[in-house]
Amino acid sequence: MRHGNILAKAIAILAALIWVIPFIGVVMTALRPSQEVLYGWWKPPFHFSLKNFVGAWTHPTASLSVGLRNSVQVAIGATLLPTFAASLMAYGLGRLRFPGRGPLLMLIGLLLALPQQMIAWPLFRQMKALGLLNSLTGLVLTHSAWGIPWMVFFLRGYIETLPVELEEAARIDGAGRWKTFMYVVFPLMLPALASVMVLQFTWVWNDFFMALILVFDPNKMVITQQIPLLRGQYHVDWGLLSAGTLVAMSVPLLVFIFLQRYFVRGLIGGAVK
Amino acid sequence: MRNSPRAEAKRAEEGRPRWGLPLLFFRARKGEGLAALGFLFLGLLLIALFVIYPSIRTLWLSLFNEDGFAGLSNFAELFSDREIVDFSRFLRREPPWGALLHNLVWIAIHLPFTVGLGLVLAVVFSKVKSWWVGIARGAIYLGIVTPLVVGGVIIRYLFEKHAGLVPQVLGALGAGVPWSAGWTAYPETALLALIIGSIWLWTGFSMVLHSAGLSTIDRELYEAAQIDGASEWAQFRHITLPLLRPVTLVVAAMTFLWELKIFDIVYVATMGGPGGASNVLALEMYFSAFRELNPYRASAIATLITLFSLPVGYWFAKKRLGR
Repeated sequence: MRHGNILAKAIAILAALIWVIPFIGVVMTALRPSQEVLYGWWKPPFHFSLKNFVGAWTHPTASLSVGLRNSVQVAIGATLLPTFAASLMAYGLGRLRFPGRGPLLMLIGLLLALPQQMIAWPLFRQMKALGLLNSLTGLVLTHSAWGIPWMVFFLRGYIETLPVELEEAARIDGAGRWKTFMYVVFPLMLPALASVMVLQFTWVWNDFFMALILVFDPNKMVITQQIPLLRGQYHVDWGLLSAGTLVAMSVPLLVFIFLQRYFVRGLIGGAVK
Repeated sequence: MRNSPRAEAKRAEEGRPRWGLPLLFFRARKGEGLAALGFLFLGLLLIALFVIYPSIRTLWLSLFNEDGFAGLSNFAELFSDREIVDFSRFLRREPPWGALLHNLVWIAIHLPFTVGLGLVLAVVFSKVKSWWVGIARGAIYLGIVTPLVVGGVIIRYLFEKHAGLVPQVLGALGAGVPWSAGWTAYPETALLALIIGSIWLWTGFSMVLHSAGLSTIDRELYEAAQIDGASEWAQFRHITLPLLRPVTLVVAAMTFLWELKIFDIVYVATMGGPGGASNVLALEMYFSAFRELNPYRASAIATLITLFSLPVGYWFAKKRLGR
């Protein structure tokens, strides 16, 4: 038994080193002048400054201040809209009985596995026709539609664990479906909605592919798009790039740190049980 | 009057519809079909416009080329296209082996490693108690919330020639080129660098789910096993592993889907290079559609990725719908 514990500790220490050190490297690189890290961020001398952050923040072609603002707008919009639509839809699919419900659920389930590449080209044409290329609205609509299927799946699963007696009581007291949903079910769904919103927000924030396809005006780019642009023309400027990655990571990181409970619960979703 | 709450409640109490013919459409309780439509409308509209319609359109386009209807010839061309599959080089020479084979190699390495490592680390970290355990766990979980673009930058940085940690350490240990040089610049190592990096990024996901699964296992099972004198390994083999099986399967399914559509990491770290040695299907689809402006070939590639994804998606949906 003691051997087992020593082995476990050894593996844990090794894993800790493997996962912590690269992040330390990025932080060190971001905080030091580029010339200093050319031959390794672990080598002295160490001069710390925030110059790289200032450089990334005010970059002439990929100013992170612009990207951050756009990302915040897209992520908030593409979280609120699908959460609203999906919670209604989840209730409809979870509690109401109507013809075609089973096939519809299966279709939505299949959409969970759809790769984004499957919609890319027609979506590009469609957004062009709608005049929504290079617009945050186009991105919000895309991410909203894309997020709804898994949200519906998650929320429907949650609704089915709620006691149906509460809703029946409300109905006997004279509430219709809409009132039952608004005053009985919706408040009970809040913890699940928190999970759904936290995950969707993070995923939209982290998305790169959709933004790459639908936005190419530098003033409308989201932050993940700007990261590759910070690389520099002739050589890779690791300091600038590291500072940029830290800024881009900071928001999902804060969400994760402060809302970890909801985040993990959302990830687990239907997986565990 | 008919829709007053009272009347509705009364009907609900009776539990049986009053009207004959119209109820062919709204079988169980009257009015539910319409109410359902109300609840579903907004979501369905968004999905139909921005997910389902474009998907069908892609499927449609994959059957055409510039000259018109082409049947399955786009797909036939993909399989004789060296950018997609190149069996003449596969495993005999260094990559490029074609995007599809790169994806399959990626899955063959990444899937067992992330699923297995996540499981092992979840077990290990449930046993070790120390002040730094929280930090280590946090760093491993960080991969889940890190934008994959950022992940690509970190991978590139780790394997960079002079500034990168991995080649420098290997060089100090006496390894030669390309192991001690920039991995992403050599066809022998570029794909491997991306795969290793993606294991590093994705293990947290596997670990989170396995940790959650572990916490649902009854402690008494282990206590009973210990009384019977079972070794740690026997406990792992006969209690932990079988009880975590459902979680492991879900992790494997989601990891498989993640690997098939891998894009951001490759785009940022290597752009599929050098010379296509780390190209993948999603990136090839992007190049085909938005650089070469060939939507037909791009649609065929997208459809191919979907065809690989759907069986797993079907299994997953069935499982979650409890059928």
